[in-house]
Amino acid sequence: MKRFLKSKRLALLVLVALPIMVAWAEYGDVVINVRAKGEGMAPVIFPHWFHRVRFQCSVCHVDIGFKTRAGGSGITMDKISQGQFCGACHNGEIAWSVENCDFCHSGMPGLETGIEGGHKTAGPGYY
Amino acid sequence: MISLRTRAITSIGLLASILAVFVHAAVAQDNPNAFNRLMKPPSERNAPPESDGIHDPTADGTLMLQPPQESFAGLPKSRSGNYVNWSKAIENELVTPRSDIHDPDAQAIVFDLNIIREVKGSMPDVVYPHKQHTQWLDCSNCHPAIFIPMKGANQISMASILMGEKCGVCHGKVAFPVSECRRCHSKPKPVDQP
Repeated sequence: MKRFLKSKRLALLVLVALPIMVAWAEYGDVVINVRAKGEGMAPVIFPHWFHRVRFQCSVCHVDIGFKTRAGGSGITMDKISQGQFCGACHNGEIAWSVENCDFCHSGMPGLETGIEGGHKTAGPGYY
Repeated sequence: MISLRTRAITSIGLLASILAVFVHAAVAQDNPNAFNRLMKPPSERNAPPESDGIHDPTADGTLMLQPPQESFAGLPKSRSGNYVNWSKAIENELVTPRSDIHDPDAQAIVFDLNIIREVKGSMPDVVYPHKQHTQWLDCSNCHPAIFIPMKGANQISMASILMGEKCGVCHGKVAFPVSECRRCHSKPKPVDQP
């Protein structure tokens, strides 16, 4: 009975989740799925809003060297573990380290690399 | 016994609220003549990661992430983007982002110079404030790759901005979107101008 109730509730949740699925990503969220897909990992979602509260834009986009094009920086796990890109902070000292794979690799499978959250400027300059 | 009753009540409550959400969403989506069909209703703004449509709600990591609303609760509001007025937030020190990875006390060099750009059309002229930009950015973020630091050297059009060039490198992606016309076009043209 208990299990039945549980499964029923789960089914209902799934049913309810469907219309909510069309909900909108947070403005400035970046999907990075350049290499993850081929490696069988979930896409990475980078939330700009969370990071800008803690760091100025210039820290990542000048000092660390992230490009201002989604998917344009050539980030690999190898580089991250050597302290480049995300690894400049996500090293267990400034921020939690890369062993928490699914904090970043938390996107829905099949997402395209790009900026989410609506209002986006488009065209060749937009990747 | 009590627990059973509580559980029954919670189940009914859950069911009712779930149904209400479902019916509401279904009605809003099914009515082709509904108001603001393509606009995000306030209830859907700053959705938590598990229901934002891009995070995998079944992944454990998703549930560990901070919901935006938790962070934005005390910050000044705006009408678009993250619905946060970030320049007001940093001005009032409600957010204090580091300017150096390691040194929390390092101060950014803020450059207070307004650039007025006269525009050809009927829109008010553009006031570009270096101050608000250098509170977040370094000179080298924009100069010289995006903007040549010389008067008259930069051809800027709304078309190029909408294509993600010039101001559109950030505005429309992470900084306030270009739908906020008057935040840039803010200096009225002289009245005697034909």
